[in-house]
Amino acid sequence: MPLLEVQGLSLAFGGVRCLDGLDLVVGEGEVVSVIGPNGAGKTTLFNVITGVYPPEAGEILFEGKSILGLDPHQIARRGIARTFQTLRLFLNMTVKENVMAAAYGHTRAGVLRSVLRTPGMRREEREIEQLAEERLAFFGDRLVGYRWRQPAYSLSYANRRRLEIARATATKPRLLLLDEPAAGMNPVETHEMTELIGRLREEGGYTILVIEHDMHVVEGISDRVVALDHGIKIAEGTFGEVATDPRVVEAYLGTSAAAERT
Amino acid sequence: MSLNEGPEQPRIGVDEWVASAEERRARSPLARAQDAMERVPAAVKLVALVVPFAIFPLFVDSDYLMQVGIDTLIFVLLALGLNVAVGWVGLLDLGYVAFFGIGAYLYAAVASEYAGRYWDAAIAIPVIAVAVAVSGFLVGLPSRRLVGDYLAIVTLFFLQLWLVVLINASWSRGPNGISDIYPLQFFGRQVTSLDAYFYVALIAFVAIVSFLYLLNQSRTGRAWRALREDELAAELMTMPVSRLKLMGFAVGAGIAGVAGAIYAPVQGAVFPANFDLVLLITLYAMVVLGGAGSLVGVTVGAVLINGVLEALNDADNASWIFYGVIAIALLALLRPWWQPIAVLGATVIFGFAVHEIAEEARPSLVGGANFGDSRIDGLVDSWVLLPQNILTGDGLPTGWLGRLAYIGLVASILGLTLVRSHLWRLVGLVPVLYLAACVWANILVAQPAVARFVLIGGMLVGLMAYRPEGLFGKQRVEIV
Repeated sequence: MPLLEVQGLSLAFGGVRCLDGLDLVVGEGEVVSVIGPNGAGKTTLFNVITGVYPPEAGEILFEGKSILGLDPHQIARRGIARTFQTLRLFLNMTVKENVMAAAYGHTRAGVLRSVLRTPGMRREEREIEQLAEERLAFFGDRLVGYRWRQPAYSLSYANRRRLEIARATATKPRLLLLDEPAAGMNPVETHEMTELIGRLREEGGYTILVIEHDMHVVEGISDRVVALDHGIKIAEGTFGEVATDPRVVEAYLGTSAAAERT
Repeated sequence: MSLNEGPEQPRIGVDEWVASAEERRARSPLARAQDAMERVPAAVKLVALVVPFAIFPLFVDSDYLMQVGIDTLIFVLLALGLNVAVGWVGLLDLGYVAFFGIGAYLYAAVASEYAGRYWDAAIAIPVIAVAVAVSGFLVGLPSRRLVGDYLAIVTLFFLQLWLVVLINASWSRGPNGISDIYPLQFFGRQVTSLDAYFYVALIAFVAIVSFLYLLNQSRTGRAWRALREDELAAELMTMPVSRLKLMGFAVGAGIAGVAGAIYAPVQGAVFPANFDLVLLITLYAMVVLGGAGSLVGVTVGAVLINGVLEALNDADNASWIFYGVIAIALLALLRPWWQPIAVLGATVIFGFAVHEIAEEARPSLVGGANFGDSRIDGLVDSWVLLPQNILTGDGLPTGWLGRLAYIGLVASILGLTLVRSHLWRLVGLVPVLYLAACVWANILVAQPAVARFVLIGGMLVGLMAYRPEGLFGKQRVEIV
């Protein structure tokens, strides 16, 4: 049984069809890349999967069960976590708090227990603090030590992207949706991100669906690549197959370029 | 990563500015003080907050001051509750005082001659807290998906609805209010003295501040802060945003309910006019001045504003506060140190010069004495332009000078903002300050009701320009 199964997903904003009968399957432990030109519907696909927008038609199965109609936080609790293309950190909270806040879904202490500081509540707090430190330590020495107490706004751009990933993993997901994790990074950082996504799968055991424009990254990480254009899947397969597919070349470069290549 | 290794190479991904942030922070005395403050254990802070209140009755033997003390504590409770919605969850709740009103009227409903019941406070206060929290929850239900301006409008509507019902309904006796409310009684023992009421309010304060502190340190507090930063991200990071907002509404409302349940028996009567927009604005001023989000800040803000408002009722104090605020503002805003002194000196000389000339030209312009009778008012009489018989019997100014100075003051302040050169601004400041003193002595000192709000407004404007996060607030950074 695939971990995530998307069937015939459609969504339009006004007259613009963002997703048009999209099918997508992600198997357990796979890394699948979604590529496509700007406006192809990639981020919209993420928004629909995570419950931000309800689709007009189609079905989304996660672990074999439909997640349509659930609130975003319920979907996140089922085990789908994401990062954002336009970073959305809790800027005025500390680095550690950012990660701890995301543990909300698998902690239980209510108002009364929090105020009475019951042993269970204190144990829970210690656990998520440890969890946060462990998740941040995943990135080597970039987000540890004095950085824990720094507000998120003081981080550099690349570190913000890393913190977003750390925060997403603190929700204890099975499926990670990464929206352009290497956007705006320099070549070294991009290379590092490629390795990191590999480690997320190997060490973290996450299944990963990633949107990426940088073809080196896509080549480096993907088991499978799905190409979208105007909300329609135009190609699917290994990186080599998709990168040379004439429809993909056309979508990126236009018809004359595709004609020249053939 | 091979490119990253080696200590002498610049390390990629390490921002120098960020890396040296701690060091720079250690050099600033203000930041050091803030850090030191953060290291102080919460229990010590609580004691430091409570002790001044606890010993207050020992030094005070006037009923008036005790009453002011009780009012201040009730304001502190209200500001703490408002801080939950505004400072922590980030909801612009303009209906907040309605919950205070509901709490007060509920107490009247369970312990008054009119209601024919007399509940013990040990039952009444918790029941009212829960009931008002539930009402907060219900008000939140239809508006939980609203943000910003829309939420403000809906909650303001709710407040007006509450007031209209209160004024027109028969059960609330309309504008006459309910005036035969029984005093608080704990386990059969009535609270009668003002001192005892003060300590009841103080105990409520300690309980609520501890409750809020512990709640803020839990996953709920973290989630509130997270959703204030970014609602969508919070929702996608497993936080049920709608439910958390409703919780914030309910907790804040419950605290307002407790404040109402203490307020009603202290006053012995409740009227619809006790819960109006002026109270709401005052509460917001307290939260904003003290620093939204900070428990210490909100407490200090409430004490400061209520203290200043009370002090301004007295013309003697009012003059001291007026001239003091101007002097402090100049000292705080003008650098280097000789500039404020030069401006103040020039203003004094300018004043005497104008006074001399006016006396030569038309003695009637300077013959009056102002309404205030503190020492500073006596000094000012021979400095500002103050026509004879400026006041009628009912305290309203008759003179044209005061009004003219008023208009002149507003116009010249506006003019001053257009001046670009720093030097000319300083020069322009001299007549503006003198005009302000004239306006004060001619009109405002005789009208404390107006003067107090003008002064508080001025102080808030000054503070917001100088320190927008409030006295104890944390500066927020919003960069994308």
